[in-house]
Amino acid sequence: MAAEGNAKPAKKLSLKENYALLTRGLGWEPSYEKKEDIFRYIHFEGVKIHDWDKWEDPFRLTMDAYWKYQGEKERKLYAIVDAFQQHNGQFNVTDARYVQALKVFINGITELEYDSHRGFNILAREFPGVGPRIAAQMQSLDELRHATTQIHTISQYAKYFTGMNEFPYQFDRVWYLSIPKSFFEDAVTSGPFEFIVAISFAFEYVLTNLAFMPWMSGAAFNGDMATVSFGFSAQSDEARHMTLGIEVIKFLLEQDPGNVPLVQKWIDKWFWRGYRLLSLLATMMDYMLPKRVMAWNEAWEIYYEQNGGALFADLARYGIKPPKRAPETIAEKGHVAHQMWSVFYANRDAVGFQMWLPSDEEMAWMSEKYPDTFDQYYRPRYEYWKAQEAAGTPFRNTTLPQLCQVCQWPCLFTESGDPTTLSLRESEYRGQTFHMCSDGCKDIFDDTPEKYVHAWLPVHQIYQGNCFLPGVDPTAPDFNPMVEALRYMGIKPGVDGGDFKGSADATNWEKWTSRPANIHEGAYTDAVRDTASPADVGARKAG
Amino acid sequence: MATTSTQPVFIALQANNDTLPIIEAIRQDNPQAVVHDYPAMVKIDCPGRLVIRRETVEEHLGRAFDLREIQVNMISIAGNVDESEDEFTLEWKSA
Repeated sequence: MAAEGNAKPAKKLSLKENYALLTRGLGWEPSYEKKEDIFRYIHFEGVKIHDWDKWEDPFRLTMDAYWKYQGEKERKLYAIVDAFQQHNGQFNVTDARYVQALKVFINGITELEYDSHRGFNILAREFPGVGPRIAAQMQSLDELRHATTQIHTISQYAKYFTGMNEFPYQFDRVWYLSIPKSFFEDAVTSGPFEFIVAISFAFEYVLTNLAFMPWMSGAAFNGDMATVSFGFSAQSDEARHMTLGIEVIKFLLEQDPGNVPLVQKWIDKWFWRGYRLLSLLATMMDYMLPKRVMAWNEAWEIYYEQNGGALFADLARYGIKPPKRAPETIAEKGHVAHQMWSVFYANRDAVGFQMWLPSDEEMAWMSEKYPDTFDQYYRPRYEYWKAQEAAGTPFRNTTLPQLCQVCQWPCLFTESGDPTTLSLRESEYRGQTFHMCSDGCKDIFDDTPEKYVHAWLPVHQIYQGNCFLPGVDPTAPDFNPMVEALRYMGIKPGVDGGDFKGSADATNWEKWTSRPANIHEGAYTDAVRDTASPADVGARKAG
Repeated sequence: MATTSTQPVFIALQANNDTLPIIEAIRQDNPQAVVHDYPAMVKIDCPGRLVIRRETVEEHLGRAFDLREIQVNMISIAGNVDESEDEFTLEWKSA
C-alpha cells in the first residue's frame, strides 16, 4: 500500500492537450468505406482543403466543460424566467407597444434558431475534420437551446397578448415572414462551406451583435427581464459561434490561395443578405422600444463601421476586402428604419402586429438622432398621415407590395443618395423578367439565377390564387382575396394587426395594468387610473 | 506578444455580480481599456489587444477561477481569441 501511495498521480492534462485528445484522438480514418463516399458534399463548391488538422478551435471547449457551463446557463436563465412568470413580469414592461416587438421576434427570429440547428447538424455530419465537426455539433445543440428558451419565455406573453400563438404555422405562410425563411433556406441549401461562411461569419460574426447587444439592452431598459435573459444567454453561445466564424475564414484562406475569391464572393453575398434581413431591427430599435437606448444609425456605426472595420482590416493580410455593398449600408443608415416603418404602417391590415404613428416625443428624438434625414423626408409623411387619421380618413394600402426576388422584402428602399426615388432593378433570365430591390440583391441573382427563379414569393403566390384555405371559392360574388389570404396566413384581421389604438392588446393592457397602453399618448380608456389630484379631476369632469 | 494593431477589440459581459471582479481585473491588466455601461450590459473596448488573466481575476474574486467560467456571462467578443489556463486574449494582428 505504501508503495502505491508514493506513486505520483498522473499529470493533469493541459487545456490544449485535453482538447487535442478530444478532437484528434477520438477521430479515426475509415477502413472499409471511401472518404469521398462518407463526406459527399465537400468538393462541389471548389474549396480546397489540404490538412484538416490545421484547424484550431481557440475555445478548446471539451465536452465536460460544455455540459457544465451550458447547464449553468440554463439554470440561471430558467430561474429568471420562473421569477418573471410568477411576478406577472409581462405587465411590468414600459407599455403594450413594446410587446409588438416580441411578436416580430417569436414569429420571425425564433424559427431561424431552429433552422440554424438543422444547418449545423448537417455540418457536424459533413465535415471531414474532427475539430470543426465537434464545434458544429455543439453549435447545433446551442441553436436548439435558443429556439426552446425563446419559445418558453415568450409563451408567457402569448397567454395575455395576441399574435404569438401560431408561430410555426405562420412562419411558413405569412407574406413578410418569407424574408427570414428564405434567407436561411438559401443558406442551408448551399454547400457546407458557403453555409458556414454565410451563417458563422457573415451573419454571426459581422451582424448578430446588432440583434443581441443594443436591442437586448433596450429590452432590459424597457423592463423585460425575461427577454433580455434569453437574449444574453443565447449570445453567450454566440460569442463561441462567432469565434468559429472567424476561425473558419482563416482556415479556408490559409489552406489554399484558390479559396480566396470564393470566400470573398460569399462574404459579399451573405453580408448583403444578412444586412437586408437585420434591417428589420432598425425598426424594432427606433420604433418599437418605447424607451430607447440608441438609434439604428448609431448601432450601425459601432457594430459595423467600427468593429466590422477592425475585422476587415485584420483580414486584409489574406487579400480579403470589406463587403462589396458595405457603402450602401452606410448610405442607408439614416433612412432604412423610417422607410420600413412606413411600409408596415401602410400595410398594417395585413401584418400580425399592431402599428402606430410615432408620437411628438418620438419624432423629436428622431429629429435629434437623424438630423440629416428625418425632418426633411419622414416627418412630413408622418404628419400628413396623422392629419388623415384625425380627419377620419386614415391612409392604408389595399394591395400587396412588389417583392424583391432575392431578399423578399417589398421593394421599399430608395436609391443611395436619392431618398425620393425608389430603388428598382431588373434581370432577364430565359425570357422572363425578375425584379430586385437593390444592386446588392441583383448581384446575387445574376450570379446564380437558376437558384433564385425558384423563389416562392408570397405576394405572387397570393395573386396567383395559391394562398387560400381549402373550400374557398374565388368565383363567389362576395370573394375578397385579401381577407382569404389573411385567413390562410393565420392572421386574424383586426385582432393580430391593424391599428394599435383600439386593439385588444391596448384595451386589455389598460384594463389589467391601469397604465396607458402608449406612454406618449395618455389613456385610451377609462381603465387607466387617474393620478391627478382630486381637485383637478373634479374640475376636468365639471369642465 | 505585442501587436501593432490599434483597431478596437471588445468583450461585452452581462452587468451582474459575477462579472464585477472580471471587469476590475480587465481594467487593471489593460490600462487602455474603455468600459462602456449600457442597460444590463458592459462593453469593454481596447485598442489592438485585450487580455483577461486568471490570477488577476482570482485576486479580485477571492477564490480559484477557471477562465472558461467567462462563457456563462459573456455576451459578445471581437478579435482573434487565444485561450489557455492562464490567459484569455483577444487580438487583431494587422494594423
